[in-house]
Amino acid sequence: MKILEVKNVTKRFGGLTAVNNVTFDLEEGEILGLIGPNGAGKTTLFNCINGVYPPTEGRIIFRGKDITGRPTYTMAHLGLSRTHQIVRPLNELTVLENVMVGACYGRENMGLNEARRTAQEVLEFVGMAERAEMLAGALNVAQKKRLEMARALAARPYLLLLDEVLAGLNTAEVTAMLDTIRRIREQGITIIMIEHIMHAVMNLSDRIIVLNYGSLIAEGTPEEVSQNPEVIEAYLGDPELAERLLEEEMA
Amino acid sequence: MKRLIRPGLLIPLAMILVLAVWPLLSGNPASAREAAFTLIMSMALAASLNIILGYTGYVSFGHIVFFGVGGYAGFWAITQLGWHILPAALLGGLVAAVIAWLLGLAVLRLRGAYFALATIGILEAMKALVINLDFLGGPVGMELHFSEYKRYGGPMQSLWMLYWAMVFMAILVVVVSYLIKTSKFGLGLMAIREDEDAAEVMGVITPRAKTWAYVLSAVFPGIIGVIFFFKNGNIEPDSAFRLHFSIEWIVMIMLGGAGTVLGPVLGGGLYQWLRKTLLTSPIFKDYQLVVAGVMLLLIVLFVPTGIIGWLRARSAKLRRVFE
Amino acid sequence: MGEVLFTSAVDGLLIGIIYGLAAMGLTLIFGVMDVINLAHGPLIALGMFGVYLLFTILGLNPFIAVILVAVLGLLLGVVIYFVAVNRVIDAPPLSSLLSTFSVNMIIIGVGTALFTTSSYNVDYTLGTVEVGFFRAPGARIAASLVALLTTALLYLFLYRTRPGKYVRAVANNRIAAELMGIPSTRILALAFGIGAMLAITAGGLIATILPINILAGGSYELKSFVIVVLGGLGNPLGALLGGLILGLIEGLVPVFMKTTWVPVIEYVLFVLILLVRPQGLLGAKE
Repeated sequence: MKILEVKNVTKRFGGLTAVNNVTFDLEEGEILGLIGPNGAGKTTLFNCINGVYPPTEGRIIFRGKDITGRPTYTMAHLGLSRTHQIVRPLNELTVLENVMVGACYGRENMGLNEARRTAQEVLEFVGMAERAEMLAGALNVAQKKRLEMARALAARPYLLLLDEVLAGLNTAEVTAMLDTIRRIREQGITIIMIEHIMHAVMNLSDRIIVLNYGSLIAEGTPEEVSQNPEVIEAYLGDPELAERLLEEEMA
Repeated sequence: MKRLIRPGLLIPLAMILVLAVWPLLSGNPASAREAAFTLIMSMALAASLNIILGYTGYVSFGHIVFFGVGGYAGFWAITQLGWHILPAALLGGLVAAVIAWLLGLAVLRLRGAYFALATIGILEAMKALVINLDFLGGPVGMELHFSEYKRYGGPMQSLWMLYWAMVFMAILVVVVSYLIKTSKFGLGLMAIREDEDAAEVMGVITPRAKTWAYVLSAVFPGIIGVIFFFKNGNIEPDSAFRLHFSIEWIVMIMLGGAGTVLGPVLGGGLYQWLRKTLLTSPIFKDYQLVVAGVMLLLIVLFVPTGIIGWLRARSAKLRRVFE
Repeated sequence: MGEVLFTSAVDGLLIGIIYGLAAMGLTLIFGVMDVINLAHGPLIALGMFGVYLLFTILGLNPFIAVILVAVLGLLLGVVIYFVAVNRVIDAPPLSSLLSTFSVNMIIIGVGTALFTTSSYNVDYTLGTVEVGFFRAPGARIAASLVALLTTALLYLFLYRTRPGKYVRAVANNRIAAELMGIPSTRILALAFGIGAMLAITAGGLIATILPINILAGGSYELKSFVIVVLGGLGNPLGALLGGLILGLIEGLVPVFMKTTWVPVIEYVLFVLILLVRPQGLLGAKE
């Protein structure tokens, strides 16, 4: 089933077109990589999908329902969760309380007790269980990223939007996070991930879409996309150099 | 019910009750009662404001507007319609709640300093409006005749009745405050306080939650206003809408610890006690405002989470005892 | 009727310039450091009393006194910055609201203890200016002119001097300014000092034309809020415009209804602007 259909979505801010006529579909259970140079409009696209602002044109269909322009706070209840590029922990609440918010106000509208149980489960899943009573503001970056993910998962989403969840992590942390993302997919959750760390996206995604200056310039499997000259040019400008680098990466 | 038997609730309740019965044991019950009345009223008002300020993070500077609006509504019902104090007090609460709901529709869209300024604007607009309304007594206000108290058994009886009414209100506010803090609703409010946009992404229906918080924080001052002004025997715009009073409530909350149940109670009591001490001291009498200002400055600069906030930060165990 | 309207309008505009000057102080501080200075009112009151004291005790010409008081105001502002604002500059907005409010309480507390809440008067007159049917006290015109002059000086400072440029840089992006070597803390203190100075100057000018008391500062502070929001938070030109508009309202409304309705109109306008056009007429700082 198509869990998400993005149809001709355009977002303009005054004179600037941040997202330009983007169309793509998402099958349930997929991991879709969303890549593109900085400023390509990836986070803006997420914001349109997740209700931070409505698209200027176009429609967004989630599990058959038109969710275009609906306010953000309706999304979690529909089963659409999201993490942020710059983490937003609820600093003065404990890790457990943070995740409980996600559980209470997510898809299943849980009461406090059920939310607490769910939160504990999810914290185990992401490996943060021992930090449950710590204040969220006291965590380091990697832990905050896991917390952000735990909060999103506690809402029991159908679709999870991950915005540069690997940014700022060291190699070991990246490997651990990639493993967690795989296990999330095994739970049946569909994922779109914005990412800059190429080997991660290429390895993890079933399909990739590429944005540049707001437009969708390529769509396909990781192999197809990495050979696409337009993509290479968007990132690196010199196709031959790029080809060589990519060959090294994929090896 | 079991949910209520927790130190987080029992400690503030105990504080109020101990204070409440003190006049009965004191050598000069009448004067002790007056002192206790002021303290308990401050605790109740601070605890009410804490719901929108401490839990939700929306700084209502002009919050006294609900105290004044409710007070006027109830006072008017008593003197012009001949109502009994009980329905009049409830009317005060209802009017305050409705005004909060209406205002909330407009101003809760604002954030941070803009919201704070708007609440000041609302307070001043309300005060300026009431001054122009002759049926509310204009700039002079309204007065009730001494004989009004006969209905409740005379002035002495009335004073004691109103005293226990205030004690009841304080207990009510603290219980409600505790229930909110330990509920899903309260968790949503605190999420809004910490990061409103992130809370929305997580599914907290922020406009609804904020409105409820604002209304709840207004209804109690509305009722308390009626009790206070009825006891006073008169009401006029200057005292009903004095900005400095609601700012004092903010100081009380900050002193005790914003966002906690015990904080506003402790802060309210401490602040009033300090104020009383200063007012009776010959050196500090004229400098009461200065001392309050210095206190506020020191708290904001060095102990912004207040006494209870500071305690709660020490250990998880303390967090379980002091809510 | 036309004459009454004209006189009332000009009257209002004249005092509006002074209101605008005060509001400029408030908006400058907000524009540079995102702090709403709740000590603004007491600073205006200090300006009033400063001029009063210098006039009454030392016999100084009030306008000379204003200059002296302004300089002292600059220093006071810097001190207030370091005591109450610097530490909470990056804290949530409630902190600076409360810390500046505590300074408010301290100043009012000391002021009330020293002067009580009685009214005082600076008995000074420059005669009356008559042009056709229009008459106004000379002092009022002089005060407005001084206010305009101060505004011009502020503009010159911000746009023609290096420290002024630093202030604008810090207002625009403090971190970037720091990275370029601008000593941001000192600039912030300077900006706060100037903001305080403008408020104090306005207070001093008011003292030359109207009776003063320690609590009047509060009502001028509220006017400043209205003006600043009207003109756009952080926009000094907006503050001047807002001041003129407010002055006009205060001048013209009493012609048509009881004076006691003026505050109602002012505050309702205030709340409406916050709701409908929070960036004000000329646009707020981003």
